[in-house]
Amino acid sequence: MSEPFALLLTVLVLLTAGWIVTVRERRAAVLGFIAYGLLLALVWIRLAAVDVALTEAAIGGGATGVLLLRVAARLGDLRPMSAQPGRMLKWLAGLVCAGVSLALMALVLALPDPAPSLAGAAMEPLARTGLGNPVTAVLLAYRALDTFLEIIVLLLALIGVWSLGPDRFWGGRPAAWYEGTPSSALTFLARVLPPFGIVIAGYLFWIGADEPGGKFQASTLLAAMWLLTMMAGLVAAPRTGSPALRGALAFGPLVFLVVGLAGIGWGEGFLAYPDRFAKPLILLIEAALAVSIVAALALMVAGPAERNTP
Amino acid sequence: MTHSLVSAATLLGLCACGMVGIGLYGLIVRPDALRKLLSFNILGSGVFLLFGVIGRRGAAAGLEGDPVPQAIVITGIVVAFSATALAATLLVKISDAENALPDAGREEDEA
Repeated sequence: MSEPFALLLTVLVLLTAGWIVTVRERRAAVLGFIAYGLLLALVWIRLAAVDVALTEAAIGGGATGVLLLRVAARLGDLRPMSAQPGRMLKWLAGLVCAGVSLALMALVLALPDPAPSLAGAAMEPLARTGLGNPVTAVLLAYRALDTFLEIIVLLLALIGVWSLGPDRFWGGRPAAWYEGTPSSALTFLARVLPPFGIVIAGYLFWIGADEPGGKFQASTLLAAMWLLTMMAGLVAAPRTGSPALRGALAFGPLVFLVVGLAGIGWGEGFLAYPDRFAKPLILLIEAALAVSIVAALALMVAGPAERNTP
Repeated sequence: MTHSLVSAATLLGLCACGMVGIGLYGLIVRPDALRKLLSFNILGSGVFLLFGVIGRRGAAAGLEGDPVPQAIVITGIVVAFSATALAATLLVKISDAENALPDAGREEDEA
């Protein structure tokens, strides 16, 4: 794997991006976007960022793809947000955008050498956390506050999604995926895949401490398995008002907050872990966060409550 | 770090710049709201990739890339998904309102 592979990826990514932007059919654009997400995952692998590649494939391609397919199927004719631009305006926009790209390219070619890096600073205290994967250490030890705020953003977005449903269905269930009976192939997959998905998610979760992987990738996989069973109609989407669901959503951030506040008691400050217990505490936070992330991701894709069936 | 690795990273950096341009073009030119959302995501992924390339160039201390940008991009991908989910749901809401659903009456009866 060297430059020919990078060149091929570059061409494919840019062609797919161009296809998504120019193709006439909405559905074709969404399918293009899923392919685009998977291509990007390959690009991240080429950049030796396997953690990011897994996240991009799972969330960028998978979760966003399913969400957009559901939405594209529901959308009727939308009033255009702006007038169809004329030939002149298109050329002008093309020139401006090409200018932006070229300016960025000039910056990429002018990047300083040797590049500034925090790799050394990230590796140095790694032993104190008991972790082997520096990316996990950044996410949950050095920059734990970012991850904490991220889960809050996830919950805020979910509240936003829920609040877009009709008022009279607040606390009810998201709309069923299909009006009729789903195909037998889908039902079969929804019965066969989840056991494998759960095992792989458990592996990704556990290995994330030392190797590429972690709670996000594992949680997305679990959310996907849950959505699959919902799509096939094997389980109903949960009532958005159910206390168990609300509890699962709040569990992760609460555990994170309690451990974080305890850090002040240990004298180190908010979200600091005592050295001896760093790894168990990080695993505890990750496990709690995983519960909340699975629920938040799956329900964001499922959409707001639109029926009151008990 | 060998020379070939540097140039592959640079090549993908140029690819990221192209993605930003294509996303921006779609955002400006396509009137359809869903297409604007997709274009915005392309623009965003270009920015993430640019950041990733800069992280790859920061390979040091026995690592193949700087872990800090990688962690921040992972956070960014999840946040971008949240924003996309919110925007997409908003589009459905707008579409339902504009097209006065044929089954709106049925929903009314259930309530």
